[in-house]
Amino acid sequence: MIEVVRTSAIVGLVLAGLFFTFVSTTGVLRLPDIYSRAHTASQADTLGAGFTLAGVALALGWSTTTVKTVLLLFFIFLTNPTAAHAIARAAHEEGVEPWTTDDDRSDEQLHEAALSRPVPDGGPATGDGAESAEDTDAGSPVESQEGDRS
Amino acid sequence: MIPGLSGDLVTQVFLLVATLLMVLAVAVFYRAVKGPTTQDRVLAVNVLGTNTVVVLALLAEGLGEPSLLDIALVYALLNFLMAVAISKFTVERGGVL
Repeated sequence: MIEVVRTSAIVGLVLAGLFFTFVSTTGVLRLPDIYSRAHTASQADTLGAGFTLAGVALALGWSTTTVKTVLLLFFIFLTNPTAAHAIARAAHEEGVEPWTTDDDRSDEQLHEAALSRPVPDGGPATGDGAESAEDTDAGSPVESQEGDRS
Repeated sequence: MIPGLSGDLVTQVFLLVATLLMVLAVAVFYRAVKGPTTQDRVLAVNVLGTNTVVVLALLAEGLGEPSLLDIALVYALLNFLMAVAISKFTVERGGVL
C-alpha cells in the first residue's frame, strides 16, 4: 500500500516537473523580448527542475545520494533566479528596451534599436546617475523609427 | 538489452521523462542560435544547462549510476558561473572579466 503511494507520488512529481519544463520551453521560444523570457526561465524552469529533482530524491530513498539530490535542488532554487536576474539586468544595462503591447516591433528590431543608440559613456555604468541618464534619452530612437514607418 | 526497459514502473517513467526533456532541450537550442541579443543566448544556454542537470539526475536513478549525481552538481555550479560571468562581461567590456 505504502509502496503504491510512493510510486504514484514519484510519477506525479516527475510529470509535474516535465509539465513546468515544457511551459518554460514554450515561454523561452514564444515570448516577445528578453525580459519576459528571463521571467519564464527564472520561474517555470526553477519549478520544473525542483519538481523533477524532488521526484528523484523520493525515488532514491534514504541514502547519501539523496543528500546530493537535495543539495542540487537547493542550489538550483538559489542560483537559477539569480542568474536570470543577472542576465535581465545585463540586457537593461546594454539598453535593450522592453516590448510593450502597443509596440509592433519584433525582438530583432528592438535589438537593432539598442545597438544604434549612442553610448553615453564608454566606461562601466555606476550607480543611479548613469541609469537615469539612460532613461532620459531612451525615447528618441523609438520616435524616429516610428516616424520613418508612417 | 537496454537497462530499464525490463525495470519497474519508476525506472521506465524516469527514462521516458529524460527523453522528453532532451527533446525540449533541443527546442530551446533554437533560441540559443537565433538570439537576437547576447542575453537571449546566455539565457537559453542557462535553461539548457538546468535541463541537463535534471536529465543527469533522472539518469542517475534510471540507469542505477549514482556517480552521475556528482557530475550534475559540478554542472550546476559551472552553469551558474557561466551565466553570471557572461552577463558581467557583456556589460563592462574591457574590465577585469
